Amino acid sequence: MSTTTTPESRSRGKAPAGERVADWADGRLGIYSLAKANMRKIFPDHPSFMLGEICLYSFLIIILTGVYLTLFFHPSMNEVEYHGSYVPMQGQLMSEAYKSTLDISFDVRGGLLIRQIHHWAALVFLAGMFIHMMRVFFTGAFRKPREINWLFGFLLFVLGMFTGFTGYSLPDDLLSGTGIRFMEGAILSVPIVGTYISFFLFGGEFPGDDFVARFFSIHVLLLPGIMLGLVVAHLILVFYHKHTQFAGPGKTNKNVVGMPLLPVYMAKAGGFFFLVFGVLAAVAAIATINPIWAIGPYRPDMVSTGAQPDWYMGFSEGLIRVMPGWEINFWGHTLVLGVFIPLLIFPLVLVAIAVYPFIESWVTGDKREHHILDRPRNVPTRTAFGVAWITLYFVLLVGGGNDLWATHFHLSINAITWFVRIAFFVAPVLAFIVTKRICLGLQRRDKDKVLHGRESGIIKRLPHGEFIEVHEPLSQEQLHTLTAHEQYQPAEIGPAVDENGVRRKVSATEKLRAKLSKGYYGDDGQIPKPTVEEYKEITSGHGHH
Amino acid sequence: MSSHDIPEENLPDAQDTPHGTVKLADERNPFADPGLPPHEHRIQDIDERAAKRSERTVALLFTLSMLATVGFIASYVTIPVDKSVYIFPLGHIGALNFALGMTLGVALFAIGAGAVHWARTLMSDQELTDERHPVEASPETKAQVMDDFRQGAKESALGRRKLIRNTMFGALALFPLSGVVLLRDLGPLPGTKLRHTLWSKGKLLVNMNTNEPMRPSDIIVGSLTFAKPEGLEEHDHEFQTQIAKAALMLVRIKPDDIKDKRQLEWSHEGIVAYSKICTHVGCPISLYEQQTHHALCPCHQSTFDLSDGARVIFGPAGHALPQLRIGVNDEGYLEALGDFDEPVGPAFWERG
Repeated sequence: MSTTTTPESRSRGKAPAGERVADWADGRLGIYSLAKANMRKIFPDHPSFMLGEICLYSFLIIILTGVYLTLFFHPSMNEVEYHGSYVPMQGQLMSEAYKSTLDISFDVRGGLLIRQIHHWAALVFLAGMFIHMMRVFFTGAFRKPREINWLFGFLLFVLGMFTGFTGYSLPDDLLSGTGIRFMEGAILSVPIVGTYISFFLFGGEFPGDDFVARFFSIHVLLLPGIMLGLVVAHLILVFYHKHTQFAGPGKTNKNVVGMPLLPVYMAKAGGFFFLVFGVLAAVAAIATINPIWAIGPYRPDMVSTGAQPDWYMGFSEGLIRVMPGWEINFWGHTLVLGVFIPLLIFPLVLVAIAVYPFIESWVTGDKREHHILDRPRNVPTRTAFGVAWITLYFVLLVGGGNDLWATHFHLSINAITWFVRIAFFVAPVLAFIVTKRICLGLQRRDKDKVLHGRESGIIKRLPHGEFIEVHEPLSQEQLHTLTAHEQYQPAEIGPAVDENGVRRKVSATEKLRAKLSKGYYGDDGQIPKPTVEEYKEITSGHGHH
Repeated sequence: MSSHDIPEENLPDAQDTPHGTVKLADERNPFADPGLPPHEHRIQDIDERAAKRSERTVALLFTLSMLATVGFIASYVTIPVDKSVYIFPLGHIGALNFALGMTLGVALFAIGAGAVHWARTLMSDQELTDERHPVEASPETKAQVMDDFRQGAKESALGRRKLIRNTMFGALALFPLSGVVLLRDLGPLPGTKLRHTLWSKGKLLVNMNTNEPMRPSDIIVGSLTFAKPEGLEEHDHEFQTQIAKAALMLVRIKPDDIKDKRQLEWSHEGIVAYSKICTHVGCPISLYEQQTHHALCPCHQSTFDLSDGARVIFGPAGHALPQLRIGVNDEGYLEALGDFDEPVGPAFWERG
């Protein structure tokens, strides 16, 4: 014990060790203020809120397993002869990248497991982001103040696609090399600069000796670095905005109802990380992914049938497969529209969903914060747009796998290609119309439920012989939940003449906005929700309506 | 039957109304928010025996995880890396990968399951409420910030001293150019590299499989043969880059079946040589239908009619496959009579 006699230091000496460490840290980092705001932070509960967690955890798992893989992987395209333990490849010429991937798979104990966890986690990461994004979209969680976080998430999805693509290209196997060749062909189609970009990217002609090393630094450093930053920013904003919640008793736009971070969410979310990791490890134990030893090393003059990218690249594959081979030759130049148009549509498909929140907020003109989630049925136009987008995405996925559809379902590949060409334009429109009708139908059902109660399934026979179905009234909790959503009124174009009687110029954008607003919130866009008067009139017992 | 005989509530008109009485917290507004429902106790909250059971379950899961980790280490040490094992229904699989993956999976999953079970059964499930505060700052804060900013801007004199401002913008705009310039040496300029392949007059066609020159009699009707130019060996440093352009496919078609006049001229006894690299995005074409003479690219299904100048009959390719003019030399071996007369592979801006 020291000889200091100030009362303060004596009391500190008695404090438990953990508290003393926390005091030390607080004096330097200010952790108590941080903990005061966050330790008992409330998170609402809903199964769909776990989707984002799955993405976060698989991202962490990818980083952990990826770092391990870099310890054994040689990002080099030097040609070597294989003399490792995988007998069928003995004496084959291959790049060092491919050879080291074989070594990871056959000679490093647990190497194959980590490789497969890495790849499975990447697939789950991308699928998780896709579904998480759809959850956010269909519940309107992207509305103010969360538009920027929506964009962060969107960027993560796009960067994740390219990180995945550069990742599965690294082993330099026959399949991934074919994907790189496809990418090179797509780059060559870019007018004016395409050839130059290709030569700079590959250090000369395809395939050259450089791309594995270059993709390696893009895959392990550049893209994951940006993504890590975006993930952190994404989480900070989730904390800062506080999580959204569905409407329900006691849940308002001004509060957040749920369980505290410490201990419930610490345990649940922390535990969920282990659940995700555990499932991925078990999947990697029983399900082979990307068996590069069965595919063989890359040779530009060889290919196998059924060549497919990983699923998240499939829609771009669909674009390139179904596009007619248009080429325009003029003045000694070639405009390769058959490849360049798909290359342009590829980002447009993604951007369409990314900019949607801004279009919707422009149509509604709503500047308020929204923390209560929408039920998809209550915003039919948005829901219909989302379903149309997903439909387009899946039509293109069918196009990307047209050979597999043909062989698995014994269909003509030409017929499938033509189906996709037509469905690319028609299917989203049909999906839009059908979804909107379904949403309106569900809104009518909700209205019915509120006004007339729940169908109990009990059939009663009246004394005079008539059969009726008994409806059970809803509780106030249910009534509130079903009527909590707001309904916008369509925006009107202001008067055509100003107060002086002079004709005002109505701009085209203003007209467009009014038209869109009518589509969203006009008679065909939503069913007016039941009013208190309607409810009272029906339940008052006189019920003549 | 008249309506006097039955109670009014049973009349059809009244049937639409919900039966029974609704308990409303707010009689004036039945849709009003009734507030958080009362907390319902779980069995663990009221029965200590159930709570003990939950505790044991959680502890069991954590113990299982410890055992699985021990199993992981034991598997790593004892199972040889090349041992394979039969496991129903997976078939013969690598024993080590399976053992490590399953033990690791159980070790992790059990920790997760334990933590979640703990949270769900033993930690408080009382719902709590946090207030939200608007993100936007108050007008006072905003005014203060704007004042501070104006003050700072004024003190910097950025608006007044235009010379400083303009030269600074110039400097900041120019310096990133250094970074762009540095990228120049990523690769050589394209030049005419995409227009030329290793083929030239007199180069023998070497069979890709046997590595031997070929005589016309080696190519039979209905077969698809792949060839490379003589002198190009797999061990060559440039092999990959050269074969990416020079890969050739040979088929023999009855001369009468060849519809294209130039194609017939450039062939030898019905043997035609086309670039194997698809003109779409460069996949090697490797499927051949001998009855129809169609060649199909397995990547994107572009289909070429090899009996009609290899024109595109289906799929996304934009132009026909380039043909290599071939003949036989004095010793009777197939040889090229020059390079392709157009660039092989995918189209590009300078192709023309």
